[in-house]
Amino acid sequence: MAKQLMRGSHVLGEAAVRAGCRYYFGYPITPQNEVPEYMSSRMLQVGGTFVQAESELASINMVIGAAMAGARVMTSSSSPGISLMQEGISYLAGLELPAVIVNVVRGGPGLGNIAPAQSDYFQATRGGGHGDYRTIVLAPDSCQELCDLTFKAFDLADKYRNPVLIMGDGMMGQMMEPVEFPEPIDPASLPAKDWTLSGAKGRPSRVILSLLLNPKVLEDHNFKLVRKYDAVTREETDWEEYLLDDARQVVVAYGTAARIAKGAIKRVRQMGLKVGLLRPKTLWPFPEKPLKDLTRVVRQLLVFEMSAGQMVEDVKMAVEGQAQVHFYGRPGGVIPTPDEVAHQISHYYYQAGLMEGDKPSKRHGGVA
Amino acid sequence: MTNKMIFAGFGGQGVLLMGYLTALTAMRQGKNVTYLPSYGAEVRGGTANCTVVISDDEIASPVASSPDYVVVMNNPSLVRFANMVAPGGILLINSSLVHSEIKRDDITVVPVPINELAHELGEDRSANVVMVGALAEATGVLSIEALKEALAETGLGKKPKVLELNRRALDIGAENARQALAKEKSA
Repeated sequence: MAKQLMRGSHVLGEAAVRAGCRYYFGYPITPQNEVPEYMSSRMLQVGGTFVQAESELASINMVIGAAMAGARVMTSSSSPGISLMQEGISYLAGLELPAVIVNVVRGGPGLGNIAPAQSDYFQATRGGGHGDYRTIVLAPDSCQELCDLTFKAFDLADKYRNPVLIMGDGMMGQMMEPVEFPEPIDPASLPAKDWTLSGAKGRPSRVILSLLLNPKVLEDHNFKLVRKYDAVTREETDWEEYLLDDARQVVVAYGTAARIAKGAIKRVRQMGLKVGLLRPKTLWPFPEKPLKDLTRVVRQLLVFEMSAGQMVEDVKMAVEGQAQVHFYGRPGGVIPTPDEVAHQISHYYYQAGLMEGDKPSKRHGGVA
Repeated sequence: MTNKMIFAGFGGQGVLLMGYLTALTAMRQGKNVTYLPSYGAEVRGGTANCTVVISDDEIASPVASSPDYVVVMNNPSLVRFANMVAPGGILLINSSLVHSEIKRDDITVVPVPINELAHELGEDRSANVVMVGALAEATGVLSIEALKEALAETGLGKKPKVLELNRRALDIGAENARQALAKEKSA
């Protein structure tokens, strides 16, 4: 199939449909209105169901219903709307239901603004709702990856019976890039699920509930979830390494910020600075091990986020004090240019004395 | 080779469509492209701009710090973007609406009176396509032929009559950019 030039929001919708999603429930909010716009017409073509719900609460509860019945289902919203869905997401996790939830992040807190931001990292990776649970969080950085990770999101959701969050931002939603879509999946060809509530005729009835009043029973359930989360961490952690081979300083960034950081790295490389990028593609599970391994040779990290500093905490935990972790953040919906980020990179690079000949050490910019 | 460009003007001038046509054409030519529109609480008559990156390699950042080419469709856009053009870059201005003096001597300025040209062509709305023709000619980043081919894929050429008109608009833009460049060289 020929490449198509499509905006991120439409890519998301098309990828979901091709991945077998036949149910979309949502409530409008900028900057992701192009997702329901696309789904409203596309679902008609494929015989799916599109409902513009009366609220985000209604949307997420419709998602719970469709997931219980065994369908591939998706909802999308932006920051304040995702906040409203947290109760439902907690239920999805507790009930062990597969669903894909898309957050096209905008500036916050509160109503904030409609500009691109990464300020919902904590909410996404810490659960966001109540209770001991995790959501798998995917962070694409291009329209093609948005397509690929949307496919992956549905597969992961089904594989682990867990909600999967796709973290985009206003820029990812609006940006157009060439995309090549995989062949569509026929929902009927997907593996059968043996736990759905699809009518008990001819078989014993099933129950899916999250009210487990006996603490011992709930503890068992919680530990079962923990074992599942451990498996996800082992199997599904994903990241990209960019120019790491000779790097003396490594930038850690995801999504849109990673794209800008790559531009900045290209610039400073021309000046002879040996800088690379580690880009988490899964925010949870977080790529702790590759970061820790990196500290054997790299002692200078710069975390760049379009927030006041959230992922930086995970980076610090991952490196366990074995590297200096600097931070540059632009919250509030500001999109810094590659030039601005390049200034930050070179500032910390020179400060640590990483230029050739500065310090003949295997461990660059050591903190010992 | 990577070229970054910004298209800027007011809402209703077809600024985003210019960027889309440019990006789509480059993609059909086998290039890597990104198209990034500005968005916000936009109103008709307010400002609109988009950033297009065309490259032979993987595109790192879709955001431009200092674009190689800037297309300015109205005066407020000139004020905002003229200083961003990379040294040695090209600034295309809609001289029908932009009259302010440009105080840079390290860039090439290409003035094209697109509103008048479009009017002469008999379709005021084709002004943005005239400008894309001028951009292609002045920068060489795309061929007029490739643009003409890609037109049909956009809303600019669904009807044969409109397609023909917009193809002529591209030619007129290119012709005027050639003249403007010749004038600049002789000056």
